[in-house]
Amino acid sequence: MKAYERVIQLVLFISAIIAVFGVILISYFIISEGYPVIRKVGLLDFLSGNRWAPTQGVYGIYPMIVGSLLVTAGALVLGVPIGIGCAIFLAELAKPRIAGILRPGIELLAGIPSVIYGLYGLAVIVPFIRKVFNNQGFSVLAGSIVLAVMILPTIINVSESAIRSVPRDYKEASLSLGSSHWQSIKNVIVPAARSGITAAVILGMGRAIGETMAVIMIVGNSPLVPESILSPVRTLTGNIGIEMGYAGGEHQKALFATGIVLFVFIMLLNIAAHLIPKKAGE
Amino acid sequence: MRIKKTLAFICAAVLLIGALTGCAPAETNEPAANGLGESITINGSTSVQPLAEELAKAFKEKNPDATIDIQGGGSGVGIKSAADGVADIGMSSRDLKPEEKSLKEFKIAVDGIAVIVNPTNEIQGLSMEQILKIYTGEITDWKEVGGKEGKITVVTREEGSGTRGAFIELTKVESKSEGDRTVASAITQGSTGAVITTVAGDPNAIGYASFGSAKENTDIKLISVDGKTCTEENIYAGEYKISRPFLMLTQAEPTGLAKAFLDFILSEEGQTVVSGHNYLKAVK
Repeated sequence: MKAYERVIQLVLFISAIIAVFGVILISYFIISEGYPVIRKVGLLDFLSGNRWAPTQGVYGIYPMIVGSLLVTAGALVLGVPIGIGCAIFLAELAKPRIAGILRPGIELLAGIPSVIYGLYGLAVIVPFIRKVFNNQGFSVLAGSIVLAVMILPTIINVSESAIRSVPRDYKEASLSLGSSHWQSIKNVIVPAARSGITAAVILGMGRAIGETMAVIMIVGNSPLVPESILSPVRTLTGNIGIEMGYAGGEHQKALFATGIVLFVFIMLLNIAAHLIPKKAGE
Repeated sequence: MRIKKTLAFICAAVLLIGALTGCAPAETNEPAANGLGESITINGSTSVQPLAEELAKAFKEKNPDATIDIQGGGSGVGIKSAADGVADIGMSSRDLKPEEKSLKEFKIAVDGIAVIVNPTNEIQGLSMEQILKIYTGEITDWKEVGGKEGKITVVTREEGSGTRGAFIELTKVESKSEGDRTVASAITQGSTGAVITTVAGDPNAIGYASFGSAKENTDIKLISVDGKTCTEENIYAGEYKISRPFLMLTQAEPTGLAKAFLDFILSEEGQTVVSGHNYLKAVK
């Protein structure tokens, strides 16, 4: 029995190592492939360059950085209020029967493949924007709308568990002081859960910034700093996704370099999410 | 508890096996005794290269001992390499100039690019000049080219795409001094299908796609260029301007593996590969 357990332990340890090893391998690969281009172009020129013309050896990803941030910000503006509202409703107000219907629905939302979101955006949202604003339809706005829906499950699930983990005493104390249920939610429960809710927003942001397929299908992918939220835009992920197919040589390395920048963004977000104190009320 | 442990064990084992099987040694081919065991080098046009690679793959399925090394470099390099005998076969995606005609020339495919608009668009045709100006952002409204007022949605392919390369070269959107001048606000799509979907959905869009994949699609309209409609006949005849031949070139009459490969390309089987990649067959 002892030997058997030791074998199991070893196998599980190896599994864990493989997972970590995967991360290390991928990081090493992306950096070693992409770094030569960054060194050649210069980090500052690479990040602040306004023109992306890979077949002519001009690599500036500033439009894509702005693009990623804009689309993500738009998604947060639309998705965060709805997500937190939904989380409060599920945690505090919904009757078990209603929550029993809503929760699987939200889980289903998380399970829809991103290409389906893209298809929906392409078939419904882009034509809608085209009709309303009489433009090309592919835009920051279209991307933000679809991403807002895509990040809802993350925001709702994490926020809801944060709200649920607020000690009962807080709510009871608030109610016993004579405040109404809504006052308790607004002034006690949600503020107490704010670190968890912040984590939810950051995780949602990570999901939005990393999304590729759905975004490629609906934002137009023009490598240009958008003039407004109705202009087409290209994101960092889109830049890699759309050009990887035929890219060779330095062009391909420049796409890996784009990957490094994206990687740094995601890493910063993950670090930020870890820095937030875990317990409610702290 | 026992079941959980067993499950965990199975999962871990599967992971481990999956990780290890990736390391199996590659099989090596024994060199063959027949003439097809030799190796040839092909270089030249990067537009022809992907098709040549597909053809070589199909060829090698039947002749596993042959080694065909395919490299890029551009049409100019392909023509020069064939002339100098540096490569066994050179690839070119443009017609030969008179002074280059001493080479043996094999047309393996024709690449035609259809300019497409939404079916509701009244425009029936554009001149090369107008197409150039639309794609460089000089013309931005359909009324400037005789259509109904509406801001033109320019749709293009991503950089690196062979279709985009051919289109900007043939329409002169790509200039020697400034390179690719495609207007930066153009909607960029990563596949022919996405371009067609975009044009099909936007009444003001203009796009382009390989003739092979656009010809039978009724969601879009193929327009004429310089007064010539985009049909197979006009492309073959060279009347329709946004088209180009894919050539394979040899210094002298090909022999051995080079001949076998060229024969294969021009056979029905090879030409099926050509049309499968949305190029027009060289042999009707």
